[in-house]
Amino acid sequence: MKLLDFLKGERKKSASVAKERLQIIVAHQRGHRGQPDYMPMLEQELLEVIRRYVKVEQDAINISLDSEDDCSVLELNVTLPNRE
Amino acid sequence: MAKIIVVTSGKGGVGKTTSAAAIATGLALRGNKTVVIDFDVGLRNLDLIMGCERRVVYDLVNVIQGEAGLNQALIRDKRSENLHILPASQTRDKDALTLEGVETVLASLSEEFDYIICDSPAGIERGAQLALYFADEAIVVTNPEVSSVRDSDRILGLLSSKSRRAEQNRDPIKEHLLVTRYNPNRVDDGDMLNLEDICEILAINLIGLIPESEAVLRSSNQGVPVIHDDKSDAGQAYADTVSRLMGEDVPLRFQHVPKRGLLARMFGGGSRR
Ligand SMILES: Nc1ncnc2c1ncn2[C@@H]1O[C@H](COP(=O)(O)OP(=O)(O)O)[C@@H](O)[C@H]1O
Ligand SMILES: [Mg+2]
Repeated sequence: MKLLDFLKGERKKSASVAKERLQIIVAHQRGHRGQPDYMPMLEQELLEVIRRYVKVEQDAINISLDSEDDCSVLELNVTLPNRE
Repeated sequence: MAKIIVVTSGKGGVGKTTSAAAIATGLALRGNKTVVIDFDVGLRNLDLIMGCERRVVYDLVNVIQGEAGLNQALIRDKRSENLHILPASQTRDKDALTLEGVETVLASLSEEFDYIICDSPAGIERGAQLALYFADEAIVVTNPEVSSVRDSDRILGLLSSKSRRAEQNRDPIKEHLLVTRYNPNRVDDGDMLNLEDICEILAINLIGLIPESEAVLRSSNQGVPVIHDDKSDAGQAYADTVSRLMGEDVPLRFQHVPKRGLLARMFGGGSRR
């Protein structure tokens, strides 16, 4: 197997691509855990509003809700594209 | 008091029903009074895997709606007297199951059985949520494949937030990872996620590893849960899983390609049964 790999060149194995993708996906999903059910909708609608003004990608927006003792903070992060 | 274990996954077709049938059978063979419930309303198939489809008269929905008693709906397994099956309904009405109804049924079963195994439908909607809501433990069935691992992670999210234990702030559901349809040859080739990577990504305790096996189709053809095929790799892997569920420490098997003799290596040919 090893020799064959060598002859074929250093093609990246598909399983390690899968692993890298999953690590990102799962980290993202876990960031959203325990948040209110309306968060995905809220995120989607905020994205639509922002897109009326600026051209941004689907994953350019990141919102999170942090609750401390007596208040909750809604944090919204939008990565804007570079000015041409 | 019975222990309620849900077999769940998010994604369909990963081996939940195969696993629920094998594990319930294994627990019963080990002397535990066990009932396995099909929660897949509208698409029942646990009865087929258990080989009792011709004896289904009443089902879970009939019991919940008061059309039949629990003892009329329970089917006694023909091979193990410790094992009973509660089939799902074929109704197309997905709302036929209610939380209160499921709670009542589980409460009465709890008095009679040691283990209640809930075979969850696919998805993360109502049906899957009902199947896991009352669980004490969860077996998360995962294939070495991107969409299955992602869905398993979503189910882990539900287990920790949308269950009775979570809502009552009790000890969380005990989560177990069951990796199925594992093919060590493809792992070696670098084209299948390996076990360590899956465990690392999902970060829950591994309860078993079931290889991709020809014995599974054979046993579903016959309606005999694969754990009865104790010469097969999958049957043995499920038996190990059951031992671990019962608290025994059993070494992991079937993770690697079996080493073959020189002749077999020279001439190729499969050695899996
Ligand atoms: N270890 C395995 N090896 C080979 N085939 C399997 C294995 N586990 C499950 N299968 C097959 O995968 C298909 C789906 O299995 P099933 O248990 O019905 O999944 P689910 O209940 O998650 O939808 C079936 O055809 C079954 O025979
Ligand atoms: Mg199923």
